[in-house]
Amino acid sequence: MEGSIAEMGKFIGAGLSAFGMGLAAIGVGNVAGNFLAGALRNPSAAGGQTATLFIGIAFAEALGIFSFLVALLLMFAV
Amino acid sequence: MATESHGAEAVAAGHAAAESAGMPQLAVETFGNQIFWLLVALVATYLILSRVALPRIAAVLAERQGTITNDIAAAEELKLKAKEAEAAYEKALADARSQANEIVEATRAEIKADLDAALEKADAEIAAKAAESEKAIAEIRANAAESAAEVAKDTAKELIAALGGEVDGRSVTAAVNARMKG
Amino acid sequence: MADNAHAAAADHAAEGTGLVFHPMDQFKVQPLFGGTDVSWYTPTNAMLWLALTVLAVFLIMVVGTRGRAVIPSRGQSIGELAYGFVHKMIEDVTGKDALVYFPYIMTLFMFILMNNFLGLIPTSFANTAQIAVTAVLAFAVFFAVTIIGFVKHGSHFLGLFWVTSAPLAIRPVLAVIEVISYFVRPVSHSIRLAGNITAGHAVMKVFAAFAGLVALSPLAILGITAMYGLEMLVAFIQAYVFTILTCVYLKDALHPSH
Repeated sequence: MEGSIAEMGKFIGAGLSAFGMGLAAIGVGNVAGNFLAGALRNPSAAGGQTATLFIGIAFAEALGIFSFLVALLLMFAV
Repeated sequence: MATESHGAEAVAAGHAAAESAGMPQLAVETFGNQIFWLLVALVATYLILSRVALPRIAAVLAERQGTITNDIAAAEELKLKAKEAEAAYEKALADARSQANEIVEATRAEIKADLDAALEKADAEIAAKAAESEKAIAEIRANAAESAAEVAKDTAKELIAALGGEVDGRSVTAAVNARMKG
Repeated sequence: MADNAHAAAADHAAEGTGLVFHPMDQFKVQPLFGGTDVSWYTPTNAMLWLALTVLAVFLIMVVGTRGRAVIPSRGQSIGELAYGFVHKMIEDVTGKDALVYFPYIMTLFMFILMNNFLGLIPTSFANTAQIAVTAVLAFAVFFAVTIIGFVKHGSHFLGLFWVTSAPLAIRPVLAVIEVISYFVRPVSHSIRLAGNITAGHAVMKVFAAFAGLVALSPLAILGITAMYGLEMLVAFIQAYVFTILTCVYLKDALHPSH
């Protein structure tokens, strides 16, 4: 009984941390969308900023990956 | 540095049997193996790239840049040459045109000179002929007047003789001459 | 470890007809020639795919360019494309003075890129999904950048943490934040790569497990196909991101005063 409650907690925690990935998706979408909006206003300056775009996406995505990692750890390692 | 300590740690923990159904990524006993082979692979890649691949590609790119620069210079030169050739052609054309004009002018002048000369000659001939004719006419006229005077004298003498007069040659001649002049 | 594998195989056999999810099995490091012990020199599947990665880099960068043609062949174009890509990235992000480190950054890029793509081959082993591998890569960058910073600028390198453009009152707070973010860098740097690759491969494996149900199998195949396409993109983008972040960190070391 005790073990199964711990098991349940693990799964609930993993599910909750999956929210984090969705939120990171919002963040990545925000970065890319704002970049696109800016790029459409000033297309000539967009080319030089793709590196910045990818760095921004990478940072936003890393946090989603962290929550994914938490989910994995809960599922498989704890 | 960190990698070394990681490796040592992993080897130490290697046989300490980790979690059973956990994440394989966290199986510490495999870290030593992975890190060792990773370092081997990284060094191999680094040597391959820095010793062989990158210098070679850099050389190729530099050579290409040089070739492109040379080609552009050559193209520029050829363009210049083409321009020169065009200018020469234009000049030749202009020369030919002006020469042709000159020839036309010269020919025209020559023809005109010839024509003028011929006209002059003809004029002179015509004038000479006219003068000759006039002379002839004048002669004929003079002859005619003389003949008329002769005839008049003869006729006057005959008339005088016929009328029974005595013919005085000198006076008849004088009278006829006076009449002729009158 | 091999005991675990045997146990997993037994599980497979036992559960047989039902849905079997073993998304993490593909990341197991196993000896190539049987046995159970994974010591530091054992030839493992990790070693095999690292070797294949080196071979792939060798094929593309050395064999592909063996013609040294002024007008490149297709193979040579690939090598030159990779060369020009990284070269330009360093020039744009870090500056011309960082071209000294070009071979090392190129090594990182080619190694991660090739490993990511080779990891996408079915039944292969993705080294870049292993936290041990990416941690070595990231910490190597971290230590290299820190050492370069101190060698080039001495104690001025610490100015990186003392934000002079901010009001004096909040500078200590900012300094703490900057120091923390500096030391978190290698962690996020390594987990980003390993997490992305792990996530992609695990998701594909989960889709593959759904293929066991006849009704869902077309959907599973569709899902795997779509995920595979996405993972091709991710494989490249993560190599790119790892390299460009290396360039950014290197810029901090070479020009710490922003």
